[in-house]
Amino acid sequence: MSDQSASNGRISHGSLMVADPRTKKRNAAEARFRAYGIVAISIGVLFLAALAFSILRSGLPAFTQYVAKLEVTLSQEDYDAAESKMLKTAAYTDIFIENFSNALDERGVDVAYDSDAIERILGKVGGDIRGHYREHPDDIGRPVTFQLQTSSRVEGYFKGRVDRESLVDSRFLVKTDLDIVDALTDADILTGRFNWAFIKGTDAGVDNPGGAGIGAAAVGSLFMMLVVLLLSLPIGVAASIYLEEFAPQNKFTDIVEVNISNLAAVPSIVFGILGLSVFIQFMHLPQSAPLVGGLVLTLMTLPTIIISTRASLKAVPPSIRDAALGIGASKMQSVFHHVLPLAMPGILTGTIIGLAQALGESAPLLLIGMVGFVAREFPDGVVSGFLDPNSAMPAQIYTWAARADAGFYEKAWGGIIVLLAFLLTMNIIAIILRRRFERRW
Amino acid sequence: MSTLLIVALVGALAVVGYVLGVRRAMASADGDLRLLHSLKGYYGQNVALLVLVPSLLVLVIWMTVQPLLIEQSVLGMISNTDVAQGSSRSLMMADVRRVADGLDVAVAQGAMSRDAASDVRVDFTNVRERLASVGVAVGSTVTQSTLEAAQKFRALAATGNMIRGIVVLLIAAAGFGYALKQTDKDFRARNVVERGILVLLIAAASIAVLTTLGIVFSLIFNTIDFFESFPGADFFFGTRWEPSFSGRGGASDLGFLPLIWGTLYISIIALVVAVPLGLFAAIYLSEYASNSVRSIAKPVLEVLAGIPTIVYGLFALLTVGPLLVNIFGADGLLGVNWMSGGTAAMTAGLVMGIMLIPFVSSLSDDIINAVPQAMRDGSYGLGATQSETIRQVILPAALPGIVGAVLLAASRAIGETMIVVLGAGAAASLSLNPLEAMTTVTAKIVSQLTGDGEFNSPETMVAFALGMTLFVITLALNVVALIIVRKYREQYD
Repeated sequence: MSDQSASNGRISHGSLMVADPRTKKRNAAEARFRAYGIVAISIGVLFLAALAFSILRSGLPAFTQYVAKLEVTLSQEDYDAAESKMLKTAAYTDIFIENFSNALDERGVDVAYDSDAIERILGKVGGDIRGHYREHPDDIGRPVTFQLQTSSRVEGYFKGRVDRESLVDSRFLVKTDLDIVDALTDADILTGRFNWAFIKGTDAGVDNPGGAGIGAAAVGSLFMMLVVLLLSLPIGVAASIYLEEFAPQNKFTDIVEVNISNLAAVPSIVFGILGLSVFIQFMHLPQSAPLVGGLVLTLMTLPTIIISTRASLKAVPPSIRDAALGIGASKMQSVFHHVLPLAMPGILTGTIIGLAQALGESAPLLLIGMVGFVAREFPDGVVSGFLDPNSAMPAQIYTWAARADAGFYEKAWGGIIVLLAFLLTMNIIAIILRRRFERRW
Repeated sequence: MSTLLIVALVGALAVVGYVLGVRRAMASADGDLRLLHSLKGYYGQNVALLVLVPSLLVLVIWMTVQPLLIEQSVLGMISNTDVAQGSSRSLMMADVRRVADGLDVAVAQGAMSRDAASDVRVDFTNVRERLASVGVAVGSTVTQSTLEAAQKFRALAATGNMIRGIVVLLIAAAGFGYALKQTDKDFRARNVVERGILVLLIAAASIAVLTTLGIVFSLIFNTIDFFESFPGADFFFGTRWEPSFSGRGGASDLGFLPLIWGTLYISIIALVVAVPLGLFAAIYLSEYASNSVRSIAKPVLEVLAGIPTIVYGLFALLTVGPLLVNIFGADGLLGVNWMSGGTAAMTAGLVMGIMLIPFVSSLSDDIINAVPQAMRDGSYGLGATQSETIRQVILPAALPGIVGAVLLAASRAIGETMIVVLGAGAAASLSLNPLEAMTTVTAKIVSQLTGDGEFNSPETMVAFALGMTLFVITLALNVVALIIVRKYREQYD
């Protein structure tokens, strides 16, 4: 280096004012290195933002449903006449179309349509209307506002999945139908509304993405979480108390500790295999039951709960134990009367986080048969809630994602929003618990 | 007697026992609390524990053993001649069980009377149709021997359940009586109860061991079953994965190599993404970031670890996959036709890499923080810049720990299921092209066990062999990683 500077004819040592080339190089390297770190973190954050954006953009439409609102008044004579016909639903379709054209005339909409087009846009309206009047005979003679759901392709048109250019005429939808849809939208007959059916509904068949809802799967998840909570909290706390407070230094304790840390890292699908062969093959518990799902997830979350419970037991200072022992409590009393209550907020926080983890788990559930399409109906009671075949939210989302119809993708994203809402709530509760009750000694 | 009823009765007896235990203790001390050896609650707890624990323990054991015994005795009824062509004893047994369940359902719904259910004959009634009418589907027509076995099954189960109820209640009552008889003012109730609770605590702690044993046994037995019907060499060294489900005929190729290749390839892509990003993030957070940046950036990165994997799977399938096709596909930005479908090793690998960033970063963060400050100070004192210190002093010192973190991340990647099931495709291939669909061990476990194949065919049982290899690989990685991390931590403690 000095040779180089000497050849320039002047001695260039760095000074506080002028940095020499080597210092510059080192400082540049320093800045670069720092930039790498910033870039790495930004990529992580950016990715999270992209994930959130893509969930919201693709999932929010699942909460909107497009319906045709139409007021129909059916007189008793019309009802009797329609019921006496051979093709009863067709008769109701005619009644609907009559009312429909009146409504269009009233609003001054001029568009050509026939009953086939109505069927393509709104589905089998006659059946829906007949079903309503048969269930509510009191409504005959009174004006009733029907909200008829649009078919999944029309919904796709609203949501941008189907567009005019790429639409190929088929028996499901032809191009002229879209003109009718536009006219109806302008006339305010077709409107969007919040899709309660998605939140309250059950899974629908592979050909009916519009009718699919996540309600039944959410109930399945709820029953599973009950099992997990009722089993993993007491067992986890008992195991941690033993290991942290009573366990002597011996082989057995070592084995248990090594086991727990290994179980925490066993892939979740292996727990699914365990559940399949022990609970279903060997013990013959019912397949696809939330009870079995809960048992599998309990075994999976136990290590998490034990690890966090031990940490919070360890955080209680020994002076508390000594004080209890000093005034004559037994070891067991000092733990159950003093240490455990003080550690409780930490234990609950750990448990909620463990539950949140279990709620999002899907792979083991698929193996014990809790796939989406079994979530066809709500359980009728507590016992059937635990034992009847049901699915869980993540498994339901997986089933939707694996189906061929793109209409289900929107449902899958929507399901993820519901799932994440639950997870977020649980995590916020955990954070509040920790902030409010955790004591630092 | 239903299980729920038994548990409720035992529970009620325990509550009564608690109250009576306390009363009896007080009575023996003539109502003077000071004469009791223990606090009065302990006498009650003693009775309650003696009622609950032995009886419920017997109940659980009984419920596990009874089906096995019944199965043994019913299996004896099915002679080898009855086993139909292409069927097996265990399939017959499944039929028997389904018919028996169906008869139970029919009785419960009132479609059959109790007596009718216990002496239906194939000649007079079409059992299959009767069962179908109450919503129980039986695969093949019910033969007389199956039906007889099912009747025997039901009869045995009914007797077993009745005896079970009586035995459990008797044990509970015996515990109740014994504990009450013990109860006396000089009885050392607290010591006894505390010893009992300690036993319960130990039992809870050993559930972890039982779980591991359960995993190992369920994998080993089923894997042995698999290798009895499928040659091990073809499994471990086969290069083709083409299961054909029975019925379509033809033997399956169940070669393990394409699956493990896909697993490793995708995991390596994931690690190539996750390790640099996670490591640089950890370095920045622990060495450069101000407290305020750290308190925001660290939780944000950790959110990535809390997102369920199904979300990543969907993201890979529906967002990243199409995006990659837009770049590398036929009409893509690069104008090259390298990628035909959205599901590819690259798709799954990229998304999995992002998922792993927080695993690498938070573990490395801990490890970098554990490097003593004195080492940094020494390096600064010699005139090194911060980045030179990090590269030449801190990273070498933290290297073993970082290797451990990377191994843990690798074991995560190998065991990850949902991302590959949705993002990587279903075709097993031994290809080098990362833009081609590949499949992994975990994805195939899911597809083989959720398909509608018969349970005892090699095509289904192969999932257990796959699970076994997966378990062994991840366990080995974890153990090595834990040893490395632990050894390293001790070095600076």
